[in-house]
Amino acid sequence: MKDVLGTTGLILNEPLLWEKGKRGRSGFSLPVRDVEVSPLAEDLTSPGPDFPDLSEVDVVRHFTRLSTWNFGVDTGTYPLGSCTMKYNPKINDKQAALPGFSGAHPLLPQELSQGILRLMFELERMLAEITGMDAVSLQPSAGAQGELTGMLLIHAYHKSRGRKPSKILVPDTAHGTNPASAALCGYRPIPVASNAQGVLAVESVAKAMDEDTAGIMITNPNTLGLFEENLKGIVDLVHARGGLVYGDGANMNAVLGIMDAGCTGLDVLHLNLHKTFSTPHGGGGPGAGPVCVKKNLEPFLPVPRVVEQDGKYALFSNFPQTIGRLHAFYGNVGVMIRAYSYIRTMGAVNLKKASQLAVLNANYIKERLKTTYHLPYDRPCMHECVFTDKNQAGAKVMTLDIAKRLMDYGFHPPTIYFPLVVNGAIMIEPTETESKDDLDRLIDALQAIAEEAKSNPDLLHQAPTKCKRRRLDEVTAARKPILAG
Amino acid sequence: MRYLPHTDEEIASMLTVVGAKSLDDLFSAVPPSCRRTGGMTLPEPLNEWDLNRHMAGLSSTVAAAPEYKVYAGAGSYEHYIPQVVPYLLSRSEFVTSYTPYQPEMSQGTLQAIYEYQTLSARLLGLEVSNASMYDGASALAEALLMALRVTRKRRIAVSSLIHPHFRRVVQTYLAPTEYEIVELPYLPDGRTDLSSLRNLKDLAALAVQSPNFFGVIEDLKGAADQAHNQGALLVTTFTEPLAYGIVKSPGSLGADIASGEGQSLGIPQSFGGPGLGIFATRMSHVRNMPGRLVGKTVDAEGRQGFVLTLATREQHIRREKATSNICTNNSLCAVAATMYMACLGASGIRELSQLNHDKAEYLKNRLRSAGCKISFASPTFNEFVVEMPPGFEKKYSRLLAEKIVAGVSLETYYPKLKNHHLFCVTETKSKQDMDLLVKEIVS
Repeated sequence: MKDVLGTTGLILNEPLLWEKGKRGRSGFSLPVRDVEVSPLAEDLTSPGPDFPDLSEVDVVRHFTRLSTWNFGVDTGTYPLGSCTMKYNPKINDKQAALPGFSGAHPLLPQELSQGILRLMFELERMLAEITGMDAVSLQPSAGAQGELTGMLLIHAYHKSRGRKPSKILVPDTAHGTNPASAALCGYRPIPVASNAQGVLAVESVAKAMDEDTAGIMITNPNTLGLFEENLKGIVDLVHARGGLVYGDGANMNAVLGIMDAGCTGLDVLHLNLHKTFSTPHGGGGPGAGPVCVKKNLEPFLPVPRVVEQDGKYALFSNFPQTIGRLHAFYGNVGVMIRAYSYIRTMGAVNLKKASQLAVLNANYIKERLKTTYHLPYDRPCMHECVFTDKNQAGAKVMTLDIAKRLMDYGFHPPTIYFPLVVNGAIMIEPTETESKDDLDRLIDALQAIAEEAKSNPDLLHQAPTKCKRRRLDEVTAARKPILAG
Repeated sequence: MRYLPHTDEEIASMLTVVGAKSLDDLFSAVPPSCRRTGGMTLPEPLNEWDLNRHMAGLSSTVAAAPEYKVYAGAGSYEHYIPQVVPYLLSRSEFVTSYTPYQPEMSQGTLQAIYEYQTLSARLLGLEVSNASMYDGASALAEALLMALRVTRKRRIAVSSLIHPHFRRVVQTYLAPTEYEIVELPYLPDGRTDLSSLRNLKDLAALAVQSPNFFGVIEDLKGAADQAHNQGALLVTTFTEPLAYGIVKSPGSLGADIASGEGQSLGIPQSFGGPGLGIFATRMSHVRNMPGRLVGKTVDAEGRQGFVLTLATREQHIRREKATSNICTNNSLCAVAATMYMACLGASGIRELSQLNHDKAEYLKNRLRSAGCKISFASPTFNEFVVEMPPGFEKKYSRLLAEKIVAGVSLETYYPKLKNHHLFCVTETKSKQDMDLLVKEIVS
């Protein structure tokens, strides 16, 4: 393989913030003091926190150097399964930074915040249209909070009908956060196994679904990258037995313009704006996890809600059945602005095209690599495909080694060891913004690594060698935690 | 479409490899019962020119500094953000990366978050801070859930001077469970009335905000003693962490958990979010903490490096027995706060904090001299409550027309406090601005 992306350049060292600087330096410009000092009583005050004193240049070099030890979507292909690491358009960041948005106080009188309220209202309507659901709350701050919101809505719904079920069904191909979100609501998650084809069968749901069960949490497409083809039957069954259906929409990037979640019968569905709608992930957030609901759950949505009357927008909290607030204000508005800007740029036609190309890319990788890596479910996939390390086991090479070696080739590794239903999973989600050239490079690299696994497995065991650091000792980090300097 | 790189030829050749006839053919696994019958009805795609025009139009209808003088705080604060912060924060390696699950190629984020954990723990006077929560309100709710886990008790006492929206979020998080929330009233001096606390049995936590919603600095030492006497944890919250540049930190006064909002630390107001949930506690409680943690370790060659650690507390490992369901947090905001605290330094945060306090005192004294009633006598930081003359609503509206937002009316939150307004002053207001405000109010 020629022209490998990964190489070594000059990587600079940089100490911790408090290991540099000198007392008396400053990196901050204070305004002129135009009022007198008014000291607080001595028993209330302290000398203040022990922060390092740094100059502006110290700070700039410090974080610039740190940033060069990171890898982002702008650096290269980032095929992290179930995370939808698509390109984050720069124009959206510009919109979020407009002074009327970034400088807006959340308790402004409503006549002074019309533009931002209108944006939120329109975004809700667009997400409702995209999903086929009836109403939307933008308030949840991330996918897991969207899940919690969904569970709270289901809980409130049952309560309003005098029911108090104690369980909820969670398939083995659901997202990892689902059981913890359900548990926060007091529900005991009951696992349901997927079938030999990697999807849920109506019969296995039927066995588990009883009167003491609040409903089911379904990730669709699931974490094997497969569409839950029995979904309608499952939905009808759960409804017939008094339960509700929660859709984890973290994988919606596969089905924009294709699936109608509303017609399918989902009662509540969360979206990840930082996945499907291209807002940057920021090294772990902030994201946004709006929930979309059908009419039956609308009365329970979080408050305040944005309402429109005669072209005027207002925040309204007087919904007696609401579950309440999830956020101190209205959620991560800065993220909503980027998603709005993305949807307005794409329009219906390009959103659908994005899903088509995301699915094309995943199937292309699946077909090109399935003779090299073991493919446990050999059938058409949606936006991601899952391989394993079974073919490499003879060489004593594991998924972890393959992932680490991929770094040396200049790629971010896929998601590994997830979903749990597959041993040694290698979960690849290329997204639509990777070109065929990029995919071919990734495929070449993974094929070269498979060859290395046979000829020189130590290359994989020792990987990565070209990053800022070699493999890190995670065991000691957890046994003897050092969490602050 | 400039974000979609495929040419028609490439699509055709890829379809051949895949064995599909068309792009639609790729979706054969989607049954008709799940399919859309028509297209999506969305506005037509906008090019960059039209998008810029449209968004600028929306933005221009929203009141913002410096055109408007906004004296509202109440959980969201206007502070100057040094140019260095947005500049550095826009480094795409920070912005476009995922959670640092692969530490070898995420050392930048990991070291920055380790630095965030260290500086925020120092700011709050505690030993360990997590990698961030969504916001102050959910951080408080998670802190109370943690106190219930640690103490295995069933009741929590919550000061009525905690931000009303924070209290509402706590109720939402606790609603499905059987835990009991007792709200503590406040005293005429603007502090929490703790006198009923000793009658509360089975108490897991006492929750107090300082500076509280009225801007008043609470007696956290007294609150800590009372909570600890009853075997409960003291959970403190805050909306204005810059106070701890001069005001004693919650940890130094006995708080077991400090969890609040860090938006003041270099993060734009953005109509309330994204901000930064800060969550800190003592090392003895670390295994009960929610959220991600970055720890220091070494690599295969013995060199210092950083990893996500203590993951056995978290949802992806422990599933339903996790300490929280939080996964994605507000990492980039935590990095912004680190940059901001690094710019300030020890002397900078003291000076800035003192200046904020002094400016607010100036306005408070001017309003008092002008005949307004300052409702609570206790010392405050940045914010204070003023009882305005009856009929002030008209003047409030007139001031809006003059691009002045004269505080936040408290009646919505505390129905007894008719005509009371919560005023906030930060370093962004000049003496001249404040003199003009007082002149308008008394005129």
